[in-house]
Amino acid sequence: MIVASLFIISRSHFTADLSAFLPSNPTAEQQLLMDQLKDGLASRLILVGIEGADPATRAKLSKTIAKNLRSNQAFISVNNGEAITAELDRNYLFNHRYLLSPAVTPEHFSIDGLHTAISDSIDQIASPAGLLIKSLLPNDPTGEMLQLLDAMNAGNKPELVEGAWASRDSNTALLLLQTSAVGSDTDAQKQAMQFIQNEFEQAAKNTKASTQPTLLMTGPGVFSVVARDTIKSQVRVIFIVSTVLIALLLLAVYRSLTALLLGFLPVATGILAGIASVSLWFGVVHGITLGFGTALIGEAVDYSIYLFMQSDQTGDKEHDHKKWVQLVWPTVRLGVLTSVFGFAALLLSGFPGLAQLGLYSVAGLIAAAVMTRYVLPSLLPTDFNIRDVSNIGVKLSHYAQLTRRFRWPAVILVAASSVIVYQHHNHLWNNELAALSPVSAADQALDARLRTGMGAPDVRYVVVVSGDSQETVLSNTEKVSVALQGLVEQELLSSFDSASHYLPSLTTQQARLASLPTASELKLRLTAALKDLPVQPAVFAPFLTDVETARTKPLLQRSDLQGTSMAMAVDAMLLQQGQHWSSLIPLTAPESGNIDVAQVQAALDQAQVNNTLFVDMKAESNRLYSGYMQEAILLSLTGIIAIIVLLLFVLRSPLRVMAVIVPLVAAVLTVMAGLALFGQQLIILHLIGLLLIVAIGSNYALFFNPVIKQGITDISPRTYASLVFANVATVLGFGLLAFSSVPVLQAMGVTVAPGVILALIFSAVFARSKG
Amino acid sequence: MNNRLLSLCLLLASLWAIAPPSHAEGTWDLDQLMQSLATTRTGHASFIEKKSIAILDKPVESSGELFYNAPDRLEKRTLKPKAESMVLDKDKLIVEQRGKKHVLSLQSYPEIAAFIDSIRGTLAGDRTALERNYKLSMVGTQQDWNLNLLPLENKMKKVLTSIDISGSDNTLKTIAIKQADGDSSVMMITTLPTPLSAP
Repeated sequence: MIVASLFIISRSHFTADLSAFLPSNPTAEQQLLMDQLKDGLASRLILVGIEGADPATRAKLSKTIAKNLRSNQAFISVNNGEAITAELDRNYLFNHRYLLSPAVTPEHFSIDGLHTAISDSIDQIASPAGLLIKSLLPNDPTGEMLQLLDAMNAGNKPELVEGAWASRDSNTALLLLQTSAVGSDTDAQKQAMQFIQNEFEQAAKNTKASTQPTLLMTGPGVFSVVARDTIKSQVRVIFIVSTVLIALLLLAVYRSLTALLLGFLPVATGILAGIASVSLWFGVVHGITLGFGTALIGEAVDYSIYLFMQSDQTGDKEHDHKKWVQLVWPTVRLGVLTSVFGFAALLLSGFPGLAQLGLYSVAGLIAAAVMTRYVLPSLLPTDFNIRDVSNIGVKLSHYAQLTRRFRWPAVILVAASSVIVYQHHNHLWNNELAALSPVSAADQALDARLRTGMGAPDVRYVVVVSGDSQETVLSNTEKVSVALQGLVEQELLSSFDSASHYLPSLTTQQARLASLPTASELKLRLTAALKDLPVQPAVFAPFLTDVETARTKPLLQRSDLQGTSMAMAVDAMLLQQGQHWSSLIPLTAPESGNIDVAQVQAALDQAQVNNTLFVDMKAESNRLYSGYMQEAILLSLTGIIAIIVLLLFVLRSPLRVMAVIVPLVAAVLTVMAGLALFGQQLIILHLIGLLLIVAIGSNYALFFNPVIKQGITDISPRTYASLVFANVATVLGFGLLAFSSVPVLQAMGVTVAPGVILALIFSAVFARSKG
Repeated sequence: MNNRLLSLCLLLASLWAIAPPSHAEGTWDLDQLMQSLATTRTGHASFIEKKSIAILDKPVESSGELFYNAPDRLEKRTLKPKAESMVLDKDKLIVEQRGKKHVLSLQSYPEIAAFIDSIRGTLAGDRTALERNYKLSMVGTQQDWNLNLLPLENKMKKVLTSIDISGSDNTLKTIAIKQADGDSSVMMITTLPTPLSAP
């Protein structure tokens, strides 16, 4: 089994992004949010900043890096403000202006329409902007190109310093890269980052600036790479340190290397079984699961401690083991079962992250317990012996007696904790999905800084149009655009972008083509339209040719965009998933501030376009998280109820069950109050930590309230000793997590470590046994 | 691009027109002209501009007002035939046309930025800055001078042949611009009383 586990693990895929904390059965809005987080264009963006040195050096570095990365297959586009695609963009717009311009209607090309359009153009020539359109006039007297350019230039762009993009304060040169790989492909993102780093180092080698330039990178892909690396390295350190500490502890207690090695056997089995089952079931193992796994060493090691320390050492191995199985194993087994019941509830979670933790714990604990019960005893050498801990045990049992005097203070403490928890119940939980993010605050601040410099705020509001073909989606997008344009004119929106701006539906293109008169007809109308205007019809010969060319050319396809910067925009906004097409229409808030959600919704309702969804990404992500939180709370409660039912079934006495549950509830309440007092807002992993307190603490409580068998009613000194050592081992395992900089790991550490200590103390304080 | 550059030149050239008079006796040379222009803090003038464009049968005429606030705000407000405005504020060029507002950053157009710096150099009396982009020559007297600017860079030469500015003291009277394609424009300027606060 161990070999099989190792094999599975060697082929496992590890990840560390937020995806584990996104639901597996989402609503349509959530699906969109997840798609965007995982695979959307936004997920592929890497924002690069170059700081230090002087502006000229930064711009030069930006250009060198951009030039080299443009030929790298890992990147779809590399933008730094250089006019790489400007020519192609312009040609695309100019050559297809009669298909792209929304002004192209039959009226526009009537005699009156032409007259109005051309006299407008002449007025424009007289204006300061006249020189802009002077050269366009013979080809485009109706001003289509100007209209298209206007529409394209609506977006915010960073400023140019020395020919390359720079932040508003000009201190940072900026590049915007789009990777070929999706953001959730962490390996590919890491490689892309490596390419950027290499190019930067290569280019920076030759700078002679007084201060060395530095490279900054941010973006969703970068985040997942950094998070994975951070979690990996921290998990490794925590794993090593906690293993060493627990080993030292056990060595000090056992004074036997054999005992130490054998004691770790159930732990190793548990970890392997845990990872292997998660890998098999989910196909991917989340970094958080691994971090959690290392902490679980602390619990799995308890089983061997109970075996070694609570076994008699009469020299008759067979007899000692039998006695242990008879007297101690039922309690350990019940402890394991309570833990398993508690964690099994998480398996029901719709969120893979929680379900992974659940499966990992269930599989790991069962494997460790089975190993301890059935394999470990037969591996014990005949001369197996550990230090006699009876002396320590006697002392501890004395202390345990003393703790009972503290019943009332303990009751008061728990009561006070309940009051504190109640007082904080409104802001006890953190409701932001971002709280789960493994990205450090510093990295988030850098991201915000570069984004601001880029003038690229987060897209918060998006209208999504879905359908079963590109054509359906595009033509519905156009209908929605009409409604949105109304909002822009009312200044309820500053602007919106849509794929149909760059690639109109075939229906619309056909309608525009049908608006264009034949060459001879147009010539006649033009002559009439120019009657009292100061232009000779001959000037417009190129116009007649261009219109006739447009009439005979095929309609625009997506492939026509190739090489232009608009191709990237269309790829971002027009998505295909199998038979399902969707078009995203990002909205930009008016300068006055926020988007009036109700007005937008009303306009969309009025437009009555099928399969249209108005999504507030931020509200959606928070709704997602609070749903997640509620589910987790519900599942944790289910777990606790399952534990109570199990105990009732086994112990067959509500009083005994109470005796086991009371110390655990007391520990949970005290820890929650403590966290609240320290101003820690609880996230989902605190909740899992609380569940762990119940799962691990139940072992202690059970030992303090033993099943009466064969007339033995008191707790042996060895039991006390084993409990204390098991407890210390657990605290070492989880306590180290509290020092992690990854919020989710840290949350678990600060909850479980004090929680299990309290669970042990409360178990002693509230023990029913007369000891 | 080139067209934008040129229209900007036109705007900026026209802004020379707004300087109020100052007095310098004796001979009148380029340095004195520069110094005189640099004393301008605010200015207000009306203009009539005639553009001769090859494809049009007759020149088009526009008119409006010019405003200048030292050191870096310039505005050309056209009233006829269509109301529109062009404002240069620090390094932003704001064009308002047919109810639409466009903001261009000069940093996005290095050639224009170079040009602006020359203009600013001129307004500050910085002949060196001006001569980075133009070959300057002046003829005439203090009361009736004519400044000729010839672009130095090929990029500029492709759109612009020359700028001729005439004036008296530090008051500009006309700005004539000849484009490389043969089109040309002449702007006639009349100084107006400076408003208490510029718009």
